[in-house]
Amino acid sequence: MSWEIVIGLEIHVQLATKSKLFSGAKVGFGAEPNTQTTLVDLGMPGALPVFNEEALRMAVTFGTAINAEVCKHSVFARKNYFYPDSPKGYQTSQMDHPIVGLGHLDIQLEDGSTKRIGVTRAHLEEDAGKSLHEDYDGMTGIDLNRSSTPLLEIVSEPDMRSAKEAVAYMRKMHAIVTTIGISDGNMAEGSMRCDANVSIRPTGQEKLGTRAELKNINSFKFIERAINVEVQRQIDILEDGGKIAQETRLYDSDKNETRPMRSKEEANDYRYFPCPDLLPIEIDDAYIEAIRQSLPELPDQRSARFVSQLGLSEYDAGVLSASRGLADYFEEVVTVCNDAKLSANWVTGELAKYMNQKNIEIDTAPVSAAQLGQLISRIMDDTINGKAAKTVLDELWNQTGEVDAIIDAKSLKQVSDIGAIAAMVDDVIAASPKQVQQYVDAEVEKRGKMLGFFMGQVMKASKGSANPGQVNGLLKDKLDALC
Amino acid sequence: MTNKTLVQISKDLAAGEYSSREITQDIIADIKARDSIYNSFISVSEDLALTQADAADARFAAGTHAMLTGVPFAHKDLFCTKGHATTAASKMLQDFVPPYESTVGQRLLSAGAVCVGKTNMDEFAMGSSNESSFFGAVKNPWDLNAVPGGSSGGSAAAVAAGLVPAATGTDTGGSIRQPASFCNLTGIKPTYGRVSRFGIIAYASSLDQAGPMCQTAHDAAIMLNAMAGFDVQDSTSVQQDTPDFTADLNLPLHGLKVGLPKEFFGPGLNPQVAECIMAAVKEIEGLGAQIIDISLPNLELSIPAYYVIAPSEASSNLSRFDGVRYGYRCDQPTDLMDLYCRTRSEGFGTEVKRRIMVGTYALSEGYYDAYYVKAQRIRRLIKDDFARALSQVDVIMGPVAPTPAFDLGSNTKDPVAMYLEDIYTLSANMAGIPAMSTPAGFVNGRPVGLHIMGNYFAEAKLLNIAHQYQQITDWHLQTPTSNGMPVSNTEKGA
Repeated sequence: MSWEIVIGLEIHVQLATKSKLFSGAKVGFGAEPNTQTTLVDLGMPGALPVFNEEALRMAVTFGTAINAEVCKHSVFARKNYFYPDSPKGYQTSQMDHPIVGLGHLDIQLEDGSTKRIGVTRAHLEEDAGKSLHEDYDGMTGIDLNRSSTPLLEIVSEPDMRSAKEAVAYMRKMHAIVTTIGISDGNMAEGSMRCDANVSIRPTGQEKLGTRAELKNINSFKFIERAINVEVQRQIDILEDGGKIAQETRLYDSDKNETRPMRSKEEANDYRYFPCPDLLPIEIDDAYIEAIRQSLPELPDQRSARFVSQLGLSEYDAGVLSASRGLADYFEEVVTVCNDAKLSANWVTGELAKYMNQKNIEIDTAPVSAAQLGQLISRIMDDTINGKAAKTVLDELWNQTGEVDAIIDAKSLKQVSDIGAIAAMVDDVIAASPKQVQQYVDAEVEKRGKMLGFFMGQVMKASKGSANPGQVNGLLKDKLDALC
Repeated sequence: MTNKTLVQISKDLAAGEYSSREITQDIIADIKARDSIYNSFISVSEDLALTQADAADARFAAGTHAMLTGVPFAHKDLFCTKGHATTAASKMLQDFVPPYESTVGQRLLSAGAVCVGKTNMDEFAMGSSNESSFFGAVKNPWDLNAVPGGSSGGSAAAVAAGLVPAATGTDTGGSIRQPASFCNLTGIKPTYGRVSRFGIIAYASSLDQAGPMCQTAHDAAIMLNAMAGFDVQDSTSVQQDTPDFTADLNLPLHGLKVGLPKEFFGPGLNPQVAECIMAAVKEIEGLGAQIIDISLPNLELSIPAYYVIAPSEASSNLSRFDGVRYGYRCDQPTDLMDLYCRTRSEGFGTEVKRRIMVGTYALSEGYYDAYYVKAQRIRRLIKDDFARALSQVDVIMGPVAPTPAFDLGSNTKDPVAMYLEDIYTLSANMAGIPAMSTPAGFVNGRPVGLHIMGNYFAEAKLLNIAHQYQQITDWHLQTPTSNGMPVSNTEKGA
């Protein structure tokens, strides 16, 4: 039987506000436990929340960026549950009246086509603290630094049909939230994470299958793996005649499997009701329009500009506009070297290769955009050739120095002295009588390929520094003269 | 020094009759000597009080004093006091010392007032008789067999007994007005949002409001002047100018339109209480007011609606008392669930647990619409009733409670009978309007309060009416004697 996969994502985006959603405590990662807290975040008796309006501005910015309905009236609600890292015994969130209503997002599929994914809603809520199970001798420590950190939870429609689509959607969301500057998008630190609702149904069936919710996935790679392994688990169960349980599951990246969370943690009736400590949020058209007018260039617009203004292919433009960091980096490289296509090739090619190998994002890459631009400039002004440039990039990656210093230190300067190259060409021809004879004997159209041997010999003799274009031209002239 | 009004003490201090330290010491000695009779205090903060008194005396020396400078008062033990135990009259917070001061407390301290201690109350402000306190019931100074009312029963008893001239209270469904009525005091619940709730342990956030309990309307106006005002730390506090509540006290009442809702004078009302109220209304009519019959048709629904909304909010507000970070924690928990269950079972009293369970039930999936949503709809109807009535009249009058103070222990077995005590007070909290109680007579030696309700932010008007009434009556000047019978105290303030 063939199965259709149905996926919906709930993405949690940590908003890049200076202070918390309901208190003046600083938001930050990695501080000493419980040092970034106020009475409010600690859930002290009599402490009251005060709404951070910067979070509202960010949520509305997001709503306008995805062309969603921005609700003029929204309400905070309490989600009641007991847990040690939930200091008030409830999480302040939004239920019946979220700040952002229906919207959508277009993702690019691998075949180049575009697919529209529905966004059901996005609402503001506070994060919980953290339970620390290590280092306390069998006891549990509570760190409330993260308590009341602002989150925007973005809920999609169940419109995705493969793990790859889910990743594309997540990447697009990442590009948008980082472009509009409402989050640093740092997934490793939990600034962006998602829950995936995954179900399968026989192809052609309309009714949705029973879903499992995969909680707290925090990398693009894991989204794809977790969904794929969960889909396979569900297929195995159904094909064996079993039934899928509606449950919450965790993805274990070490074992590459999903497993159910303890049932206690999900058997909650959250008893949502409007939070009586906070007034409903009332905003008007003028507020929303002012934010809409101040939106920066969005990823789709940037991609279109890369095509129309810089002459990139649709594919390269899409890749480069997928994150604000990457797009900014690319544009800075172009500014330095003034060649968009070459810049695109290097950023999506050699540089991306390094980033994938080391599994790091552009904002932590050790090679700056200025350095890469400089490197490309040195190719363009014939100081070095492409091969030498790769050597320079490797040195830059290891942070051994600047572009020109590396070129000098490694003697990578391309030899463009026509006399010197001619001498090397003559030497190679003189030293390779057998190959020269073969070249002369060959049919004219096959000679081009045979040139490669001589090219290699000359480049080797020059220790890679000869200008390949000049070498090629001279070789062809001199060998053809022998025919 | 007992039974002096706040105004008198303020004058005495300014005249140098005695220092703030002296009166503070006297008051604390008096509490230590006599409060074992009433049990109106949970704790006395002698060291802090004397520090504050000395600071007040320094202000007198420097000439920077104000009306409340050096004047001793007591806080209901629901107001967090920095460095001094704040219990909410619960085992759960028996040893809790807040590292912060409530906004109201801070405002009173800034005005120079001296907090001598924390008064008894119903546990977490849940009750109408002050019998649910972990620290034991409070006795009514007017009759030691009677309850003082609740939940601010300790504050009421302390002022009525002459231990302090003023005390703070909170009113979620009548908790300032009913004990004021039962103890012959002037107590006002301001408009919701007039006084900051920051640092006051929450019972039902959408209904809770703090206010003063004093002997006279003038004293209450002075206290409210210090307590009221916008607070950035409370999102529900109202960003509106705070008037001088003493400014209008002497305005004549000529032309005042007073509404008497027929629902306040129905079958449940004790006939003798009704007589006191009608006599008071007559006196006010004599001051030039016009009496108009009105109707608040949905008044009766305020009891079921309140007892859904308040417990619902309470069930969530009290979730933070879980034994994890502060307060009571059960002995040797075996696991997390055991920690939660035993901490809360052992830490909370019966009435608190009852309301948490009622609220949890009302908010549960499948019941939410039938209970919470419907109760909110009733709340809207009650608001509309008041809006309609207050478009015809300036203020509404009636009894505060259907009976005078009832006997200790008489209602404790029947929670519903206790809830019915709140019939006349709940609606003001549901609507958010200001309301107050002023002494209006006695029934068998137990005081009766006149209930005055007004439009949003009309506190000055209410205090004006009470003050004018107090100029032509002396109910508020009566003080309890040791045998529990009222006598006129004409020497007061002399």
